[in-house]
Amino acid sequence: MNFSNIDWLLIGEATFDTLLMTGFSLLFTVLIGLPLGIILFLSGKGQMLHNPAVYQVLSFVVNVLRSVPFLILLIVMIPMTRVLAGTSLGVQGAIPPLVASAAPFFARLVENVLRELDPGVSEACRAMGANSRQTVLMALLPEATTGIVAAVIVTAIALVGYSAMSGVIGGGGLGDLALRFGYQRYQTDVMIVTVAILVVMVQILQVFGDRWVAKLNRK
Amino acid sequence: MIRLNNVTKTYESTGRVAHALAGVSLHVRQGEIFGIIGRSGAGKSTLIRMLNLLERPTRGEVWVSGKDITRLGEGQLREFRRKVGMVFQHFNLLRSRTVLDNVCFPLKLAGASKAQQRERAYEVLDLVGLAGHESKYPRQLSGGQQQRVGIARALASRPELLLCDEATSALDPETTQSILRLLLDINRRLGLTIVLITHGMDVIRAVCDKVAVMDAGRIVESGDVMDVFLHPEHEVTQSLLSESGVDAEGWRDMAQSVPGRLLRLSFRGETTTQPILSRITRELGLNVSILQGAVSRIKDVPYGQLVIAIQGDALEQDKLDALLAGEGVRYEVLRA
Repeated sequence: MNFSNIDWLLIGEATFDTLLMTGFSLLFTVLIGLPLGIILFLSGKGQMLHNPAVYQVLSFVVNVLRSVPFLILLIVMIPMTRVLAGTSLGVQGAIPPLVASAAPFFARLVENVLRELDPGVSEACRAMGANSRQTVLMALLPEATTGIVAAVIVTAIALVGYSAMSGVIGGGGLGDLALRFGYQRYQTDVMIVTVAILVVMVQILQVFGDRWVAKLNRK
Repeated sequence: MIRLNNVTKTYESTGRVAHALAGVSLHVRQGEIFGIIGRSGAGKSTLIRMLNLLERPTRGEVWVSGKDITRLGEGQLREFRRKVGMVFQHFNLLRSRTVLDNVCFPLKLAGASKAQQRERAYEVLDLVGLAGHESKYPRQLSGGQQQRVGIARALASRPELLLCDEATSALDPETTQSILRLLLDINRRLGLTIVLITHGMDVIRAVCDKVAVMDAGRIVESGDVMDVFLHPEHEVTQSLLSESGVDAEGWRDMAQSVPGRLLRLSFRGETTTQPILSRITRELGLNVSILQGAVSRIKDVPYGQLVIAIQGDALEQDKLDALLAGEGVRYEVLRA
């Protein structure tokens, strides 16, 4: 194996692109998925704003988005991506499908974290005269912080993997590089380097995330 | 203070109707400690949740402080709940917040300023004996201390009524006693009405003025704790009493082998410590044997109950009556 032919500048750029894609996707995923998860939780059975219609509809949408393979979602979403991001290519073009795929996933995780909380906390809040907004903002979310942070880390790692897949339709980043050079031009060295960088990224996310969770848990 | 009129609560699931409460009426006076006892599933937890409407009755009225709270709108109900403290079996504290923040929580909901919140929180934490623990997190405290935080939180918004949902059931006996003493102290110092539910007669005996015994969604017996302890009528009451060591029926096993009349004497207050048996033997010339007996206290009042067999040639009923009545001892004849 000879690594001397590798264009390190290109790899650097691709790494940066992957970070951009993952970062922005994660941001929008949390912005959309967190409220969605809270609504799923609140409208669920036996909860404060129990509403079977809302729950069923949201749950169905979430399930559909989660069951469509990401590669298919990428392609199906191209027209919508053009409207949302102005292009279906590059870093910008990858973000809408990444968010569409990760937000429902993250919302489910948030819903589960909230459901796992001791129902006694909600009951105590009601008994103290809190409305549902106050209960969620002042009690449930603070209590769920550790679980939600863990969910963000899991989602971030999933996004790193998905972002690589968006290379298939010209999404840019490390996945794009691995596909074009590593696969189509048989440059195994490029393939190995990109995979190694992805592994390191995921490792850093996990270690950093675990530390953060542990720190929150120590409270 | 509290009046429940024929309250029922039914749950429907897959066509079957379950009665959690099957027509409960209840009256609690201002400043009283009212205990509700029953086995699990008797409906006591549903009943206590009727008092702040965490559960809505299917039918019936719930009057608290002169208002039928079942008629309050959502906003009014939240306002009302702020004036009713509640303490839970598993404390239900916010684990992510400090003791101080937990106690400030209800005050924050009520819109008090930061300074007011802190001032009141320090005050109630001092009252429950937790001064100096303000910046700790719940997990750093023992169970008893966590329940004290729960009580402080319940008292923070100066309620007129405190509801205790099995507040001592998750605690060891010693801690239970200290929490019960705290509740008694709060009741006396603040004149707060307390309604508590429990499955232990010891809790009732230690703090309550009145007791209601529940079984299968109904109140089967209620009244002054002393009366219920000395003359339990319903079998559930009797078995709950015997489980906590107050066995009223143990004499029956021995009665066969003992000749003479059997009497049950009930003492309360000062008569408990009077030398009544020796007066019966000396003044009436009767032989007395004790088949069963208990002397204890309900809150601060001593009470006792003795089952005795009396033998003697010349049993003069009038004199015995006069002697016992003179001492203020009530008795019933178990066997003539």
